[in-house]
Amino acid sequence: MSPISRRKLITGGLVAGAGISGLWAADRVARRYGLVPPDHGGLYGPGETLTYAAQRILTAHSLAREFPRSMISKAPFMNEVAPPSEVFRQHQAAGFRDWRLVIDGMVAHPLSLSIADLRSIGLRSQITEVVCEEGWSYIGEWIGTPLSLVLHEAGVHQQVRYLAYFSIQNDWWDSMDMADALHPQTLLTWGMNDGDLPVGFGGPLRMRVPRQLGYKSVKYVVRLTATDSMKKFGKGLGSAAPEGGYAWYAGI
Amino acid sequence: MASLASPPRTETRRHAAFVRITHWLTFVAFMALLITGTEIVVSHPRFYWGETGNVNMHPLFTIHIPSSRDTVPTGYGYVMPDQNGWSRYLHFESAWLLVITGAVYLVAGLATGHFRRNLLGHSNDWSWRAFGRTIARHLRRAPADPAGALRYNTLQKTAYLAVLLVLFPLAIWTGLALSPSFNSAFPFFVNALGGRQSARTLHFFVSGALLLFLGVHVTLVALSGFRSRMRAMITGRIRLPEEPQ
Repeated sequence: MSPISRRKLITGGLVAGAGISGLWAADRVARRYGLVPPDHGGLYGPGETLTYAAQRILTAHSLAREFPRSMISKAPFMNEVAPPSEVFRQHQAAGFRDWRLVIDGMVAHPLSLSIADLRSIGLRSQITEVVCEEGWSYIGEWIGTPLSLVLHEAGVHQQVRYLAYFSIQNDWWDSMDMADALHPQTLLTWGMNDGDLPVGFGGPLRMRVPRQLGYKSVKYVVRLTATDSMKKFGKGLGSAAPEGGYAWYAGI
Repeated sequence: MASLASPPRTETRRHAAFVRITHWLTFVAFMALLITGTEIVVSHPRFYWGETGNVNMHPLFTIHIPSSRDTVPTGYGYVMPDQNGWSRYLHFESAWLLVITGAVYLVAGLATGHFRRNLLGHSNDWSWRAFGRTIARHLRRAPADPAGALRYNTLQKTAYLAVLLVLFPLAIWTGLALSPSFNSAFPFFVNALGGRQSARTLHFFVSGALLLFLGVHVTLVALSGFRSRMRAMITGRIRLPEEPQ
């Protein structure tokens, strides 16, 4: 074994120094431009941060693939959810007439909207694929109100960075960054395949985020909260998913 | 100790440091991808062809194992524990390790002439005669060519180049084609494969081909001298075999 020469030591030191300052600079830039996901800590944080940053650089404004009507799945599959709460069953018995979507947090005009109110704000329909992290998928037509229109009505503050959204089902909540929240295909969905959105698929109101896996498309949405930081919600990881071991960003 | 006690031996350099480091990083990343990929398959051990596929549709084929989801009809009376959360986190982190390692290897391999010297080699390595000779040696189960300690034979080069230039790129392509967000920006990657479920099925087969390569690779390393070859890939040095009398 030859001893490490002085030249090697100096070169090595310079390379290590450049590497560390490079990482520090990359970290600053990533935070500045919102390229760090809320679940960036821990063993899987580096991989998750690379994935999210790469996706945000490459796909900030791209549109999810839409399909011809002939490709709509004849027998779409719905994942079972926990048995509905008593409150949900009462809404269901009343035909969801009293269902309300509350928009609060860092907005100029907090709102409380019925499904009919949502319909009057705007409508978009699109034929997109629901993709489950397990591997299966189906195509459906989704009809709803673009989330961006509702956020416009509420007047979202400049410094808002995330939109948290909550299901009527306990402990089922998620959040997305503003690239997805203002994305034209992100829909507050109340219709499917030319009819009302069936309860099994998330009716009366489901958040459809077609550029991410199915678990970001939370069913039975009752509340949206605009915020500048996800640290104040749950364990601060961005959604219920990372608390159960699943990634916050599900665009992969 | 070694330098004092043993007389000078015919020992020579075999693998450059960058080859050894990227080899073992790739090994670590690939094992993590293999284990976590298997865990993810367990949550839906059915494969389809085309754009969509779910339990209401006919599968292309099914792997007859129990699933970690009770919604998948497997014929087994029990459900495996759900390992998808950490498996997915680790799968994508390992994929980054693999891609970054691969990029370093490609740049260093081109810059140092490693590809030209060791993987492409002389044009006469690529003749039908060279293939025939190497295959015949293996069929006759002839003793290992002593030159094999210092250079790759034609079949070896073919296998390594196929892994580097075909299988790994295909694994990355078919994997990216499973990302709904990536597909939104670059729909060609999934559409060219015939749809999302086709991409998933191909990803499974490409992984299988890589696993097959790993099996054959380790077997041949064992047959040609496990200790000597492992030592060469770890320390970079190899002891030359005694000249036959």
